Amino acid sequence: MTNTGSNTTVSPGGLPSRRNTEMAMLIFAVLIPVFAYANVGLAKDGALPAGMLGYGLGLGLLAGVAHIVVRRWAPYADPLMLPIATLLNGLGLVLIWRLDQEPSITTDQTGGAAAPSQLMWSTLAVALFAGVLVFLKDHRVLQRYTYISMATALILLALPIFFPAKNGAKIWITIPGVGSLQPGEFAKIILAVFFAGYLMVKRDALALASRRFMGLYLPRGRDLGPIIAIWALSLMILVFETDLGTSLLFFGLFVVMLYVATERTSWIVFGLTLSVVGAVAVASFEPHVQSRVQDWLDPMQAFKDGSEQPAQALWAFGSGGVLGSGLGQGFSRLIGFAAKSDYIFGTVGEELGLTGTMAILLMYGLLIERGIRTSLAARDPFGKLLSVGLSSALGLQVFIVAGGVMGLIPLTGMTLPFMAQGGSSVVANWALVAILLKISDTARRPAPAPAPSPDAEMTQVVRP
Amino acid sequence: MSELTLTVMRLGFLAVLWLFVIVAVQVIRSDLFGTRVTQRAARRAEGQRPQQRQQPPRQQSGRRGGGGRGRNAPSKLVVTEGSLTGTTVALQGQTITLGRAHDSTIVLDDDYASSRHARIYPDRDGQWIVEDLGSTNGTYLDRTRLTTPTPIQPGAPIRIGKTVIELRK
Repeated sequence: MTNTGSNTTVSPGGLPSRRNTEMAMLIFAVLIPVFAYANVGLAKDGALPAGMLGYGLGLGLLAGVAHIVVRRWAPYADPLMLPIATLLNGLGLVLIWRLDQEPSITTDQTGGAAAPSQLMWSTLAVALFAGVLVFLKDHRVLQRYTYISMATALILLALPIFFPAKNGAKIWITIPGVGSLQPGEFAKIILAVFFAGYLMVKRDALALASRRFMGLYLPRGRDLGPIIAIWALSLMILVFETDLGTSLLFFGLFVVMLYVATERTSWIVFGLTLSVVGAVAVASFEPHVQSRVQDWLDPMQAFKDGSEQPAQALWAFGSGGVLGSGLGQGFSRLIGFAAKSDYIFGTVGEELGLTGTMAILLMYGLLIERGIRTSLAARDPFGKLLSVGLSSALGLQVFIVAGGVMGLIPLTGMTLPFMAQGGSSVVANWALVAILLKISDTARRPAPAPAPSPDAEMTQVVRP
Repeated sequence: MSELTLTVMRLGFLAVLWLFVIVAVQVIRSDLFGTRVTQRAARRAEGQRPQQRQQPPRQQSGRRGGGGRGRNAPSKLVVTEGSLTGTTVALQGQTITLGRAHDSTIVLDDDYASSRHARIYPDRDGQWIVEDLGSTNGTYLDRTRLTTPTPIQPGAPIRIGKTVIELRK
């Protein structure tokens, strides 16, 4: 190798690493939540909140640590993902703190104030973020664990069956003395790793071996095997854990990645058909899912019947109007239970209005766009598929929960990434962003060092 | 707190939120509108999508390559055929390895390529050289199978299995 050392220097005309841009954006992203915090305090008590300095310093410290880790271990990574994640997490903290000020929904039964524990979970999440960046030297290492990650994901998904249900859904595992975890959040990352590794190997068989029928490419029976298996798996989650959101997320993730890997529209048609068939079949005999669909179809009737949340969320959006009521001046406490977790988007809708809602959704959009962009820039098929998978998992999750709160689809218990109260969700999503940053670092790095290592893969011989 | 202050803060917060979105879009402007920048001939603007169709590669003898690395210095390597079509790698004096091994610069997803198939590197004068690394099916420059390290002319197709790459300015 002539000049393997050149990977550490930026040659003139090379890609700018854009770390300074990231730093400027990060400062901006920390100042906005501090502004929001001051705004809530002024609106509710007429004075700046006492913890404002500490809160701002805490968020700033987290952002600073994350930035230094990125600077050191992923210097060429995308400059936007970290600031957007920080801003969303910071705004989420402010909104949770703001809802903590409402005595009616911050009682001892609901666990008291949620903001301190959320800040603790965010700290843990940034620690894991740093850990992923430091210890995952190359995302391609994950490819070795394709089938192990499948097994891990299955175990994680199956575990909550053995724990008692909470609020009608069995998606938590409870560790006495520590708290409860939602393994589905972590399973989504691990499943994306499995799908990427699996599809990278199998995509030619899935794409090419097919018959054409009525304008659609019909795959062979044996190639249908995996998609049927995943479909059955997501239905099983739905039946045994009564968790519509997670099952929708996993199946959607698989269909998106299958489509990206094979470029066959017929997979989307199949996927949509299968998911509609499955959802209708399960909804016809599962009472929990049925009641959710009923609440969605007729929220006002549900309001009279005692399920007030869907209607209250819609009223929150309505009373917010275009410009919103202003932070700390809305009545989203009326949503009651789950206002800080699943329904936090209702508070955004009421206090920031349509304008703020659009801005928040655009930020999610930008984050996802950076992920897709990373996959375009990645030079290896595994990295391409993995980053598409991770960013579409994020996108699907935002769609499922925001769509549910807005009444576009039936609401399912899912957390809005980074914003909603929920430790597992924050930790898992920061890890997801860390993996995306690592892939983006590898993709944008000007000179990847070629390291000789013996790979024993068969090469086919051209026969004349 | 007076009504006016709160109204100003409410609108100010929304403005700041949107300002963040707009600044963020400005940061990635080169990605969104980047293709136009590459048209300005010799600026080596990497990270943008290639435009392999518009740019006929074979009539470059008179144009100056950017960066002062000599007149004929190619600035990027473009994959023109195969599953990675459209991928570009900026040439900055580093060695580029091609093959199916996961740590290659360009990981070929091609059953007819070897793990360590070929490498492309600059010699001391800045001339780019392609060398076959003992691959099973060989590396072809134009139509000839490589036996020794060979200098590459910009635009000459290098075929590896089902993949074709070429150097461009």
